[in-house]
Amino acid sequence: MVAFGAAPWPWYVAGPVIGLFVPVLLIVGNRVFGVSSSLRHMCSAVFPTKVDYFRYDWRRIGLWNLLFVAGILVGGFLASHWGGSQNVAISEQTRLVLTRLGIHDFSGLAPGEVFAWSALLTPRGFVSVIVGGFLVGFGTAYAGGCTSGHAISGLADLQLSSLIAVAGFFAGGLIATHFILPLLF
Amino acid sequence: MSAELATRRPSPDRAQSQAGIALLTYFLLGIGFGITLTRSEVLSWFRIQEMFRFQSLRMYEIIASAVVVAAASVFFIKKLGLTTISGEPITIPPKSLGHGVRYAVGGTIFGLGWALTGACPGPLFALVGNGVTVMIVAIVSALIGTWLYGLLRPRLPL
Repeated sequence: MVAFGAAPWPWYVAGPVIGLFVPVLLIVGNRVFGVSSSLRHMCSAVFPTKVDYFRYDWRRIGLWNLLFVAGILVGGFLASHWGGSQNVAISEQTRLVLTRLGIHDFSGLAPGEVFAWSALLTPRGFVSVIVGGFLVGFGTAYAGGCTSGHAISGLADLQLSSLIAVAGFFAGGLIATHFILPLLF
Repeated sequence: MSAELATRRPSPDRAQSQAGIALLTYFLLGIGFGITLTRSEVLSWFRIQEMFRFQSLRMYEIIASAVVVAAASVFFIKKLGLTTISGEPITIPPKSLGHGVRYAVGGTIFGLGWALTGACPGPLFALVGNGVTVMIVAIVSALIGTWLYGLLRPRLPL
């Protein structure tokens, strides 16, 4: 091992480390681990509004979350500058299916043919980035949480609402993967 | 902000510096989470595709082990009655179930977005840090989506 942590972590390191954010945030300041509420706080902070959903003291409730999210961005930057290749060793089957769908660039974290500024106005770039981003924002706000808030925190607290939400996450993901992507790519 | 803290605590200076340290802690934890999202590769569109095609167990193993560790931690926190560092009792507010429609429908809408962008909210920010800067557009789009939800909220079933 050249430098500890510079290679992709095996699942049995990655999963437990992610899970530990739940107790650490609770113990540090009674905060429930979750990322999507930062989007609501940003709306509340940036757009002055009369909409009830955004009228609350975002500094008191959400400043911690906004700093956490700023940290995520910096953490991604640091991780990308320490360590070697960013290529993701996906299974041969997935590579084959994606090649048939028309993906040729398997370098990096996401295919450059779709996730690039220059591809933003192509049908697949537009739907993947702009429509996809919109659905992430609308869906997490409606569901009251995302993968972190529902799938990790909520399931860990054995909440039925989170179980329903997670079933929805997978239903939506399967529909998009198997019915929408083939039309786009 | 200082006036508000002063009414809550006897020593405003000390309370303010404690609040500052707490906020710095969240920023540092965020950095740790950004590194974790990158090294675990859960922020990769390729990994999300592999997961939704059931062609690797990796994502399932990561999510399942994260839930097990988090659940065990929450169980012990409750069982032992642990408090926060500053001595407050630890509480996790339950999400009200209502009719459950918002979780099923909102969850499905998010799931569509998760597979299309290949990223949930945490990874969107981590991807920008990793140099996939076009995800700034996805974040702006997500803000518009959240904003629109706020606007339509009174008319949507809960």
